[in-house]
Amino acid sequence: MKHREIAIIGGGPAGLAAALRAANLGARVLLIDRSDYLGGQLIKQTHRFFGSKEQRASERGIDIARELAAGVTANEKIQVMTEATALGYYEDGVLLVEHHNKITAVKPDRLIIATGGAEKNLMFPNNDLPGIYGAGAVQTLVNVFGVKPGKKVLMVGAGNIGVIVSYQLLQAGVEVAAIIEAAPRIGAYWVHAAKVVRAGVPIYTRHTIKRAYGEQEVSGATIVQLDENLQPVPGTEKDIDADVICLSVGLTPLTELLWQAGCQMIFVPELGGNVPLRNEFLETSVPGIYVAGDVAGIEEASAAMMEGALAGLNAAASLGYTSESLASDRKNVLAQLAGLRSGPVGEKIRKGLAQAML
Amino acid sequence: MCEAKNKDLIMMCRCEDITLDEVRDYINQGITDLEQLKRLLRIGMGPCQGRTCTPLVVNELAKATGRPVKEIPLTVFRQPTTPVKLGVLAGGIDYE
Repeated sequence: MKHREIAIIGGGPAGLAAALRAANLGARVLLIDRSDYLGGQLIKQTHRFFGSKEQRASERGIDIARELAAGVTANEKIQVMTEATALGYYEDGVLLVEHHNKITAVKPDRLIIATGGAEKNLMFPNNDLPGIYGAGAVQTLVNVFGVKPGKKVLMVGAGNIGVIVSYQLLQAGVEVAAIIEAAPRIGAYWVHAAKVVRAGVPIYTRHTIKRAYGEQEVSGATIVQLDENLQPVPGTEKDIDADVICLSVGLTPLTELLWQAGCQMIFVPELGGNVPLRNEFLETSVPGIYVAGDVAGIEEASAAMMEGALAGLNAAASLGYTSESLASDRKNVLAQLAGLRSGPVGEKIRKGLAQAML
Repeated sequence: MCEAKNKDLIMMCRCEDITLDEVRDYINQGITDLEQLKRLLRIGMGPCQGRTCTPLVVNELAKATGRPVKEIPLTVFRQPTTPVKLGVLAGGIDYE
């Protein structure tokens, strides 16, 4: 049995930050990611983040990912396993990992689950026509592989992801026909929304997709206005030509391993679905199992890095590792997290987290 | 199962090609349990293991039964979390 002090599942912003903090305290870490690169969704984020300097404002996600990954790779206390998929967690504390067509059993003293989230889907007639993508796939095509998904995109969802991906499509020379949003207001930060509005992209709030149409592939969609009860208003239908429909309707935590481990879960819509109950140390109801990032509640990359740092510090500290600055490091991360979640923008997440505490 | 010529289908489970209408037919027959729907329709049993469709089915069940979403029981999350080739499984487990 491969024994490890700390195993971390997921090499996105949360997992990378957790690995660095835990290793810096002295713990030996195994970092597992199913992709052939580290960084998770961060590597697709070509836009500048904002917030305070400590939260890496004005840096681009892709650069943050490169820096964190380089730090992790160079750290001799961290063993990195990419192209490795966690297949399951068993009641005796064993984790099975598939790596290059072989299955390995790992028994970690502490486990940090940072598996992130999965995109939600939307149901409408002809929603399986070729040309209908999730926003993550469009971002992978455009920002990772440099491939245009089509000529003209209808974006469904005006949250941060929908609006940012729309802007990145414009940068790639793809037309964005419109952005539609079921809610009465745009969910994205104004700094992002203003850019697409300035570029002339119409944003229709209180609108949804009624049906997609096309013979072999998407050629357009009928959109319709919604009333206060989210019911379609007859007579408000409008056809929009598009060869791509991009769905950006939210994420939900990827929690299979937590269920398998027997962690107490709770359904919290504000956090995107079922999430684990956790204490202030980000430890779940199963002692020794920690969570960080979107798997603990859908938020954003900055928060995921902070949570990762916290989980890494706490998991290592629980093994007896310490440093002179441990208490102040912890306090510092908690203060930054509180800052990120403050004000009206953080209201939803604060409401969600209040329901998920042990 | 859906026919290619069928138009205006609303796909609920894209791995197993199961439509919203098919699921509603079963719900209308009184099958309001995710576990049974899964066994009868194979919904959520494809490559993505329900990551996409489970929230949609659960919402539908909540609507049909008038219960809140959080009270709709989910199914067991068995290992493995993702499809594994039989050859890999047959290779056994490396305990080092």
